[in-house]
Amino acid sequence: MAVPSFLAREKTIAAPGFNRWLIPPAALAVHLCIGQAYATSVYRPALSAEFQTSETAIGGIFSLAIVMLGLSAALFGTWVDRNGPRAAMFVAAVFWSAGFLVASVGISTGQLWLVYLGYGFIGGIGLGLGYISPVSTLIKWFPDRPGLATGMAIMGFGGGALIASPLSRQLLAGYGLDSTDATTLADTASGAVTMLFITLGLVYLVFMLFGSAIIRVPADGWKPDGFDPSTIKSKALVTTDSVSAANAIKTPQFWLLWVVLFCNVTAGIGILEQASPMIQDFFSSGAGAVTATAAAGFVGLLSLFNMGGRFVWSSTSDYIGRKPIYMVYLGVGLVMYLLLATLGSSSTVLFVLFAAVILSFYGGGFATVPAYLRDLFGTYQVGAIHGRLLTAWSAAGVAGPLIVNAFLDAAGDGERSAADYRPALFTMVCVLAVGFVANMLVKPVASKWHEPKDAPSTPERSTAR
Amino acid sequence: MSSTQDTRTPSTTPVALIVLAWLLVALPLAYGLFQTVKTAIPLFTG
Repeated sequence: MAVPSFLAREKTIAAPGFNRWLIPPAALAVHLCIGQAYATSVYRPALSAEFQTSETAIGGIFSLAIVMLGLSAALFGTWVDRNGPRAAMFVAAVFWSAGFLVASVGISTGQLWLVYLGYGFIGGIGLGLGYISPVSTLIKWFPDRPGLATGMAIMGFGGGALIASPLSRQLLAGYGLDSTDATTLADTASGAVTMLFITLGLVYLVFMLFGSAIIRVPADGWKPDGFDPSTIKSKALVTTDSVSAANAIKTPQFWLLWVVLFCNVTAGIGILEQASPMIQDFFSSGAGAVTATAAAGFVGLLSLFNMGGRFVWSSTSDYIGRKPIYMVYLGVGLVMYLLLATLGSSSTVLFVLFAAVILSFYGGGFATVPAYLRDLFGTYQVGAIHGRLLTAWSAAGVAGPLIVNAFLDAAGDGERSAADYRPALFTMVCVLAVGFVANMLVKPVASKWHEPKDAPSTPERSTAR
Repeated sequence: MSSTQDTRTPSTTPVALIVLAWLLVALPLAYGLFQTVKTAIPLFTG
């Protein structure tokens, strides 16, 4: 599929002397916008009141968006690598923005299916394209610090929720949403949420197009001053060879990493999904009882650690290596889950501490995986390989809530306590143990999957076997 | 930073553009961080 000339990859090749520090803000401009997907709980009650349906049915819109993220990243990853980041970011901006606008029509006319189509389907495609579009470009601009580079961008995805949550609350109040009681909520929801979606759609369009305009790809053979690629090759598991996306999915390494990502995300979602009710149920009585307001603060704090973990842990992986950092995410994460289940109810501070560390590892797992893929498969089609791997996120997005909700449903209705959460928490310990073993089994990719040494280095001329 | 195998005329990226680009992403992020910390304070103060 050809793209207009102003979006073509050749037009984005940086001239000598280009400063690579313009690339992270370009990537952040996209990720800060699409990170809104984590901030949907703000208007979920309003949509539920407007459509007179359960919050679970409304939650389906956002689950669809995450499923579409994984599918579009997997399906269009090769297209993104071939056409470059500007075209991908432009198309992502159009889809993400159009998703909001179509959904706003659905809200204003009372047609829920249009919200599913808009935000869930169309917006979800924008999510997937936007998520992977700057990643391989960053890896190529920062061959000396790929973990730092991808950490900066993917931190933006976590940061997007930090911005969108309070912004959406303030905009909804400004557009007249009255959430003080159920009757007024239903009366004011439609207009306010419609206007919120239109505003977000237009603001995100401008922001993402800015990122698309300033993004550049490095020329073939470019490397940072003073960078010696042989220093990278000397590290364990790091290759200077190239593996195509078509071949990568035939290797055990790809599927082991798929399991690693799936387990890490499933465990993180286990906390994220129930964060607010969980802390209130753990501390429901006595002087240390956690109020709904304080629980909202806890959710915000988790977002902060989710975002911080993406930058801090991914940057750390440049020094200690990708495999060891995943041993920390999964191994220490497993211990944190055990402590949360056994000691979490003894102190609010301990509960918050354990959950915050788990969420920082959840974010770190997302941000480090592109660099892990680069180490194993090279930079050749790392964007497309990353796209295919993100199907693990979609699967975990379904499995994580299913596991937690199944155990909570089995505990029955009525007031819950810490004991009701323990089976789900211990299940997550097992999930993390599986991920830990999968990570331990990762070995260098066999040479039979490497591209011939004289093969073209740019993705647009690739001939995937 | 340097480029090998590139014979095009070298150019420099305007510092103002780099500063502007970073400000455009840093300011909303700072707003989000501030609001989040403000919301989280009741968790520890009751």
